[in-house]
Amino acid sequence: MLHLTINGQTHAVDVEPDTPLLWVIRDTIGMTGTKYGCGIAQCGACTVHINGAATRSCGMQVGDAVGKQITTIEGLAHNGTLDKVQQAWIDNDVPQCGYCQSGMIMAVTALLKRKPKATDADIDSEITNICRCGTYPQVRAAIHAVVAQA
Amino acid sequence: MNDQAKFDRRSFIVGSAAAVGGLSVGFHLPFGDAAMAAEMEPEVNAWVVVKPDETVVIRIARSEMGQGTLTGLAQMTAEELDCQWAKVTYEFPTPGENAARKRVWGDFSTVGSQGIRTSNELVRKGGAAARMMLVAAAAEQWKVPAAECVASEGTITHTPSNRTTTYGKVASAAAKVEPPTEIKLKDSKDWKIIGKGLKRLDTPDKTQGKTIFGIDIRLPGMLYASFKQCPVRGGKIKSFDAAKVMGRNGVKKVVQVEDYGVAVIADSWWRANTALDAMPIEWDEGPNAKVSDQTIAAWLKEGLDSDDGLVANKGGDVKAALAGAAKTVEAVYAYPYQAHATMEPQNATALYTDDKCEVWGPTQNGEASLAAASAAVGLPIGKCEFHKTFVGGGFGRRGGGQDYIRHAVLIAKQMPGTPVKMLWTREQDMTQDLYHPITQCKITAGLDKDNNLIAIHYRISGQSILASLAPARLQEGRDPTTFSCFEPGGTEAAYSYTVPNILVDHSMRNPHLKAGFWRGVNINENAIYIECFMDELAKEVGMDALEFRRKLMDKYPKNLAVLNAVADKGDWGKPAPAGVYRGLAQAMAYGSYVAACAEVSVDNNKVKIHRIVAATDPGYGVNPSQIERQVTGSFVYGLTGLFMGGINIKDGKVEQENFDSYEMMRIDRMPKVEVIIMPSGGFWGGVGEPTICVAAPAVLIAIAAATGKRYRTLPLRDYGLTLA
Repeated sequence: MLHLTINGQTHAVDVEPDTPLLWVIRDTIGMTGTKYGCGIAQCGACTVHINGAATRSCGMQVGDAVGKQITTIEGLAHNGTLDKVQQAWIDNDVPQCGYCQSGMIMAVTALLKRKPKATDADIDSEITNICRCGTYPQVRAAIHAVVAQA
Repeated sequence: MNDQAKFDRRSFIVGSAAAVGGLSVGFHLPFGDAAMAAEMEPEVNAWVVVKPDETVVIRIARSEMGQGTLTGLAQMTAEELDCQWAKVTYEFPTPGENAARKRVWGDFSTVGSQGIRTSNELVRKGGAAARMMLVAAAAEQWKVPAAECVASEGTITHTPSNRTTTYGKVASAAAKVEPPTEIKLKDSKDWKIIGKGLKRLDTPDKTQGKTIFGIDIRLPGMLYASFKQCPVRGGKIKSFDAAKVMGRNGVKKVVQVEDYGVAVIADSWWRANTALDAMPIEWDEGPNAKVSDQTIAAWLKEGLDSDDGLVANKGGDVKAALAGAAKTVEAVYAYPYQAHATMEPQNATALYTDDKCEVWGPTQNGEASLAAASAAVGLPIGKCEFHKTFVGGGFGRRGGGQDYIRHAVLIAKQMPGTPVKMLWTREQDMTQDLYHPITQCKITAGLDKDNNLIAIHYRISGQSILASLAPARLQEGRDPTTFSCFEPGGTEAAYSYTVPNILVDHSMRNPHLKAGFWRGVNINENAIYIECFMDELAKEVGMDALEFRRKLMDKYPKNLAVLNAVADKGDWGKPAPAGVYRGLAQAMAYGSYVAACAEVSVDNNKVKIHRIVAATDPGYGVNPSQIERQVTGSFVYGLTGLFMGGINIKDGKVEQENFDSYEMMRIDRMPKVEVIIMPSGGFWGGVGEPTICVAAPAVLIAIAAATGKRYRTLPLRDYGLTLA
């Protein structure tokens, strides 16, 4: 049994320690907001926070996540209030198909925590998630909106 | 902890808007449609349910894969219903229900940018009929003539007495009112909800990870499957050694699928997939293992001059006109295979019990998915059901074909009584796609002594989508989709230049890869062939590219209007900053008129796109905010294909397997796109795809202006050109 702390709750899971964290979150624990897109840490659809840092959960073995604070999209809201990034996503009507957006939001929240005044150059270098629908202009506008409040 | 999705007995996948709570997954076992119907909220009609708390549930037959159809269709129904928009939510009826109710919701197909335009009348009439029934029910309760009552924002008022009631209060009574036979729709000038850039209904869930895509389906006792098929299309399984992996943790069964595939079923997808990877499989790759990029290109090249052309558009006498021309100009263009790479890989969940089959999954055509499930399992439609989920990108992959639905059902059939979710790896998804077809095009033009374009011959050589996916739809051997944008008139994708002698023909050559519909379909390459070559001709005769086109566009005022709009806003004809060059392209596609003006600079093979101005005339604009997003997103799709796309074949296999070798545009390379939405009224055009067809040619033309070189073969990575 491995013990994981996800969104502040402890989960005991009986899986091989080399299982990617992504599949434990999705299939073993049943939180499906975190998505599978490529399995090789390219697309970012599986992004979660590990001790606050944006991490591609398809590339992290679950054994390495033991003892760390894992946050998924489901844990981003606090006491029923959406995170300001989620709210900016709603205000700017960002998602199209929405499949990549959990990972996109997790990447952006981690960035803005480190750099509340993130610039366009920061966005270009640090937000590398793939969106096939092409929501990039709305993603950028939503980030600008959050930065403007900071 | 959200261990299991909630189940109820309703056969709808229910959405949530602000007005209602979380999302539940429709699931009813055993089948019992009558019992289910009795449990449903009483509907006013097939399109509208009004709950006692005034929540308005609008039924959406088409698929939502990001294009915003869900919200646009709801706007159209709500417009005629005259309800409060803030109270609107939605649900997806199932194709099984549609079949049982004589297709009351019409066509479920969500392809060809048709969601809004081909169902606008049906959904508006659905809303109008519901309003009339609600008003009639109120009038009956008040014992007054319905003509004395008016409805607005979900409230019905008896004007002479000023009495009021609400939709929620009379909905049950309205359900018993005889549906109207004559329905008058509003004049477009009276629209209050259509035409507004309202927020999408599905956004709040999509920002919280609550939206249920096919991959997110969870059923009690569900197992997981990973599936692999012969890496060479047309090849077969020779043998596999299931015993090698059956002892692994969680592995339940290894099953063959058709004569070309094998799946491992396990208690988690990761265990299934690692076992599948570890299992020895021998393939009989067959003769296609000799096919490569080079053999395909050589075969298509022969078709540029062969005498087997299937004629699509013919006017005048091209042969004679070219022979008599003062000057002829010729060029050969080529467009590669492209993979869809939907962010959600192909998947479906199926449950086969006794003589019934129920399937959940992402689809662009619920009815086609139901039919595929029925055919795969060998049971009539009435004993099968399909539940549409939200779709993590469609782009045409999940419309025609339905191969992944078939595979999921064939796997589940070998595990009776247990739901099985089959999920493809990204590698399986990319190497077993239904690819955008490969074509080449030789264009020969004749100019008279005054440099007028008097003749043009487009010879397309290459693969047909319909021959691959739906041979029965070929028309006397011709594939009409091959000729999109080359059609002689019509309301869909007409060739929009007047040339007195024209010939468009196709030498059909179908390599072994399966072809499919890829967002924009054949217009992607045909618009490159048409527009880039028009620019070449303008250059040849020393004319401004806009003026050259204008001379040929007298009969195409709507095309000209969007072209003029981008030229004007894009500063065409005005000096550009040093090193910056412009390109123009226009087309009619999916019933709409689109144009783009691109500004680029090229430095050391790095292409910087400074600005794009794009115009679209879709006739009516139901939701301008969503139209803008489709237009900007179209440049991501189109320019990814132009610069980074292209599928390569070696030893009969697809070489690109994942996003490390099949790159995607990311936010750092997204150009600035200015969108002009200019609906001129009187027709309904599509939005999801048309703009893609001007993205590549406008940029290619600007690159030619910047470099003096014509890049006629995609992708541009083959030339070492990259997007900066």
